Amino acid sequence: MSDRNAYWRRNLRYVMILLTVWFFVSYGCGILFADTLDGIQIAGFKLGFWFAQQGSIYVFVALIFIYVYLMNRLDRQFDVDEREGGQ
Amino acid sequence: MTVQAWTFVLVAASFTLYIGVAVWSRASTTGDFYVAGGKVNPVLNGMATAADWMSAASFISMAGLISFMGRDGSVYLMGWTGGYVLLALLLAPYLRKFGKYTVPDFVGDRYYSQVARIVAVLCAIFVSFTYVAGQMRGVGIVFSRFLDVGINQGVLIGMGIVFFYAVLGGMKGITYTQVAQYCVLIFAYLVPAIFISMIVTGHVVPQVGFGAELQDGTGYLLERLDGLSAELGFTQYTSGVKSTLDVFAITAALMVGTAGLPHVIVRFYTVPRVAAARISAGWALVFIALLYTTAPAVAAFARTNLLNTVSNRPYAEMPSWFTNWEDTGLIRFEDKNGDGTIQYVGDPAANELTIDQDIMVLANPEIARLPNWVVGLVAAGGLAAALSTAAGLLLVISTAVAHDLLKKGLNPKITEAQELITARIAAGVAVVIAGYFGIDPPGFVAQVVAFAFGLAASSFFPAIVMGIFSKRMNRAGAIAGMIVGITFTAAYIVYFKFISPDLNTAEHWWFGISPEGAGTIGMLLNFAVAIAVAAFTAPPPEEIQQLVEDIRVPRGAGEAHEMLL
Repeated sequence: MSDRNAYWRRNLRYVMILLTVWFFVSYGCGILFADTLDGIQIAGFKLGFWFAQQGSIYVFVALIFIYVYLMNRLDRQFDVDEREGGQ
Repeated sequence: MTVQAWTFVLVAASFTLYIGVAVWSRASTTGDFYVAGGKVNPVLNGMATAADWMSAASFISMAGLISFMGRDGSVYLMGWTGGYVLLALLLAPYLRKFGKYTVPDFVGDRYYSQVARIVAVLCAIFVSFTYVAGQMRGVGIVFSRFLDVGINQGVLIGMGIVFFYAVLGGMKGITYTQVAQYCVLIFAYLVPAIFISMIVTGHVVPQVGFGAELQDGTGYLLERLDGLSAELGFTQYTSGVKSTLDVFAITAALMVGTAGLPHVIVRFYTVPRVAAARISAGWALVFIALLYTTAPAVAAFARTNLLNTVSNRPYAEMPSWFTNWEDTGLIRFEDKNGDGTIQYVGDPAANELTIDQDIMVLANPEIARLPNWVVGLVAAGGLAAALSTAAGLLLVISTAVAHDLLKKGLNPKITEAQELITARIAAGVAVVIAGYFGIDPPGFVAQVVAFAFGLAASSFFPAIVMGIFSKRMNRAGAIAGMIVGITFTAAYIVYFKFISPDLNTAEHWWFGISPEGAGTIGMLLNFAVAIAVAAFTAPPPEEIQQLVEDIRVPRGAGEAHEMLL
């Protein structure tokens, strides 16, 4: 049981960290600090505008794949992954 | 060949493809019908989820919406993609481990309550019907503009196709048809986008062209667009008019609503394993992002082309697409000062041109003078987007009726064969009702979409998340939370949209949050009420706490699923 708890706590920590990034790029860079970031221009993009219409979406995709990688590793470490052939 | 001939050929070819796929993959068991036998490859499931999710609204309306809203359009881009992060991290793997078929299944079992199940079923049906009506309308618009058959016949043809493969194939047929539809729709979206990007900025990748300099040497696209907008008295393209808090609330409502929509959640029951459910959400977002990062670029190109083509030009010199869309009533020109020239300006008193935002994507290839086959391709893509979403929604409705209401509610003794027949009949009836809404849309269809997201955000999402992450959450808390969340959100939207539309302005909204963002307040209320009520009532029974323990670890998911099917 304690193993299960440790597994779950690690899972929650990963989720917290990833959701913090999720919040930061969308609500942070895309909305709250967007006006400040708009002062920085890269090519034709104001940076806040770029985060709102492009950047946040790329980060979202990356976050899910990082989560998948972390969780698959965690499943194996705690020996709770789905067994091969048992599907 | 003419535009119409190309459209006919491409639409007919794509429909033949869908029917072929449907016949090849028809369902024979309820497991096939509800969750495609639970054996779908995660990449294909990601594609199917993307097609399921991206509706006529994403394909036809979104870029147009952004084109007219500029910066404020960002809420749709972030809102409709960010929800997949929530889905992947908080819902998909656990619901897959739980097994079973539907969202009401989870809510009913986790909260050991028939009432909770029924509330969930009714929400699922309402949300799905709202959505499906919009899809049928989209089908009608495409048919009437490009094939000259009239909106009503267009809707009937669309109904026939969806009926054929949703009723015959169930989830299995729908999933594989959606894979084909994704390929058609993304191809149809990217081809004109790439063409226009090359013409306007000289860059092949629209996402790069979006931030590049214009070919005609007038500086960066976005700066030029800001300049043009300011000149004509519109808000600058890269600045918004909505308040920060409202943008925040709308984005959150759309994100959480996305994660709570039953037709999206159910996709994650169709993969063989928990690990597959996680990665499948990732693939879905990759396929969605392909369209969603292209859309704002298309919006900016379209806006620039439009302003250059129509602003201060003589009406008599307008190209044929202009008059064609005028015939459908979606473009209106009223020569207020009688000078024969189109004044398209921000000031409503002087403005002479009204353009429906829904036509921007469809008209874009013609505005940019692309070859005829591209125009036909866009029509086929729009139909693919509308049909794939309609089919997914119809399946949720038929499952809700046959599985959740009948099998788990009214008559548990029903045999598998009878359940399958009921599901097919329910899908058939749902197609007919949806078609009726498509032909004779109640004026409030567009308004009601805010409803669908608001309700999903304020009901399902908190109930499911707490059901997984809190062992202490019990029946009383969840039901109280769902009822308060839904009631508040529905009341807020109904009040401002239907009862007192004249008060629907920022100074009357609570905290300046518009009805589109009401789901966010509803969600917070749901969480607060549920936690408070649960604290003062008995914890859930031992076996429910065990169930929660169990869905938190992946091992055993495949086996449980095998037994169930």
